[in-house]
Amino acid sequence: MSILKIDGVTKRYANHTALDNVSFDIPQGCIFGLLGPNGAGKTSLIRIITQITGADSGEIYFKGEKLRPSHIKDMGYLPEERGLYKKMKVGEQLLYLAQLKGLTKDEAIARIKEWVARFEIKEWMNKHIEDLSKGMQQKVQFMATVMHQPSLIILDEPFSGFDPINANLIKDEILRLRDNGATIIFSTHRMESVEELCDNIALINRSRKVLDGPVREIKDTYKTDTYQVIGNGQLLITSPDFEVLEQHDNHGVFRASIRLLDGASPNDLLRYLIQRVEVHSFVELVPSINDIFIRKVKETYHA
Amino acid sequence: MHKIWLIIQREYLTRVRKKSFIIMTFLTPLLLAAFMVIPAWLATISDSEDVVMVLDESGLFADKLESREDLKIIPIAAGSLEQAKVAYQETDYTALLHIPQLDLDKPEGIRLYSKKNTSLQVKFRLENMLEKEIESQRFMASGIDRDMLNKMKANITMTTVNLSERGERDSNVWVTSGAGIIGAVIIYFFIFLYGVQIMRGVIEEKTNRIVEVMISSVKPFQLMMGKIVGIAGVGLTQFLLWVVLSAIVVSGVQAAFDIKPAPTPIEQMQSGRAMATGEEESPETEESSQQNTLSEVSSAISNLNFPLLLGSFLFYFLGGYLLYGSLFGAIGAAVDNETDTQQFMFPITIPLIISFIMSYTVVIQNPDGPVAFWMSIIPFTSPIVMMVRIPFGVPASELLLSMGLLILGFIFTTWIASRIYRVGILMYGKKINYKELSKWLFYRV
Repeated sequence: MSILKIDGVTKRYANHTALDNVSFDIPQGCIFGLLGPNGAGKTSLIRIITQITGADSGEIYFKGEKLRPSHIKDMGYLPEERGLYKKMKVGEQLLYLAQLKGLTKDEAIARIKEWVARFEIKEWMNKHIEDLSKGMQQKVQFMATVMHQPSLIILDEPFSGFDPINANLIKDEILRLRDNGATIIFSTHRMESVEELCDNIALINRSRKVLDGPVREIKDTYKTDTYQVIGNGQLLITSPDFEVLEQHDNHGVFRASIRLLDGASPNDLLRYLIQRVEVHSFVELVPSINDIFIRKVKETYHA
Repeated sequence: MHKIWLIIQREYLTRVRKKSFIIMTFLTPLLLAAFMVIPAWLATISDSEDVVMVLDESGLFADKLESREDLKIIPIAAGSLEQAKVAYQETDYTALLHIPQLDLDKPEGIRLYSKKNTSLQVKFRLENMLEKEIESQRFMASGIDRDMLNKMKANITMTTVNLSERGERDSNVWVTSGAGIIGAVIIYFFIFLYGVQIMRGVIEEKTNRIVEVMISSVKPFQLMMGKIVGIAGVGLTQFLLWVVLSAIVVSGVQAAFDIKPAPTPIEQMQSGRAMATGEEESPETEESSQQNTLSEVSSAISNLNFPLLLGSFLFYFLGGYLLYGSLFGAIGAAVDNETDTQQFMFPITIPLIISFIMSYTVVIQNPDGPVAFWMSIIPFTSPIVMMVRIPFGVPASELLLSMGLLILGFIFTTWIASRIYRVGILMYGKKINYKELSKWLFYRV
């Protein structure tokens, strides 16, 4: 079941096309990475999902329904350009933003108390935003995004500007929210930062979707059957089933990247090695999302 | 609707609770009171100090120059001018008046010596006294009785009367124009002060980068209108508080110091007019004419159509503010910081300033002329100009036309502003020019 279905969305601005017939699904309850370099069209797509702008053509379905204004209160959006009213007190600000998301005053107050207890920030409530440290402001900002318990949370470059401690705190919160049933969309150009978190991804480049699907499947598709082996001995591979891509020898210790050819299995390679050398380490070289992205982009250019 | 109401509340409350708002609200009536009290107080001080020594060598004015309560005359019995000067130097009197031997037909050579510059007031009063005395002496010489002359003197103040379908009503030009000008001035300043506040508010949201957070919850139009209405509320609150507090402070001051209010501009103009004609009024006629004027003024005030005046004041007050307010909001959205606003502020401030200047020159002189008519119909100038015209009486059809156009104008500027606003608030780091702005009007968002 997909919470969000993006169907042929196109968005043009005066001088350029921001999104060109982009389609993909976002499954319910997953952490979804919307990845691509700067200017690829990620923010444009998010602004269409959050109904800040409209698509020129194409449709978006939220929980099976065409997107409409009432869906807004079921989404939480942390934009890349984010901030708070500096002269407002933390408590007032949270109350205001929560009420704008459709919570009643009583509900909002109850939620704020809950989050204040979790983040242990009771003493901040009467401080002005401008008196808080950057890290504290970021926490408040995150609270404001998820306060109304949206089922879809969209975070645009969520870790830019977060210090490592807060970034980890936010990561834990995101996982907790996912476990409670929310779907989270991460949008970032720093692909390595979200690789470990994402269940599914979509890659966007130059306003087109390049690739999408579950991370595991994508990695399976793009794995090159290459293994890294470290061990003792003189390694000399003569079998036609294996190809040595790279090899370093250093005082009897070797490190080599070996690719399996023509249906050979990892166990075949391991058996072959054990007969000749002493193996200390045997690891599959899995391509990073970044590698896959670069490969995919190259493919599309050459094609 | 609920969201707009939340926005209005926030905009209103954060501003009303600001220290600067509270200080301005309470300080202004106090300043007003100070303006009232200080001149009156200063007048009482300086008046009591004026003492003039008089050396009368002609003998014509002996005993004739009498001390008044705030101008004391000390005649010097005899002696030369040099002696008198020396004597004067030893005192701290205001001045020494020297009257040499005089020819009544050609009174020349009268001198006023003083250590500091004498005030004009003292000089005028002394001249006045001397002139009067010389005149009566001349009358005597030519056999005319002063009392007889006073009886013959005529003093006319014309009472202007409005002829309309509703019958004759006394009108007083000064009161009428005063009422209009006050309304126009308030509207002018209100639009400027609070229009700029809208602009600042929008820029603040942009620079704080909260705007995208906001518009993921509310429509840009709601955000803009909420801000405009909220700030209008702040302005109205401040205005009402000023009226109430000023009334309290002024009446309190009057009770405490027992002073008459400083002459109103109307009275000053009238006394100025009297002075200009060089008319010599005897104290009695002066007083009675003043009473006459006062009763005339109060009757003129009561003759003003207050419900109409107040009603249209509120209408033009809000209408003008909303018309310009949304444009100020659009400017705020188009720029990144306040220094970039100048080029866009210019075309907005020009019609305001022109209508303000025209209203107390051309319009007030000819409130039914073509300039006044057109400027009170065009929405960009009508809030100020029409306010000046209304006390003089404006046909209902013209008033309705002007009001209707103002509403249309407001809808038009708000449409333009909201188009610019929705694009501008998400635009950072780009210098905007008019060509770019006009493109935004037709962007599909």
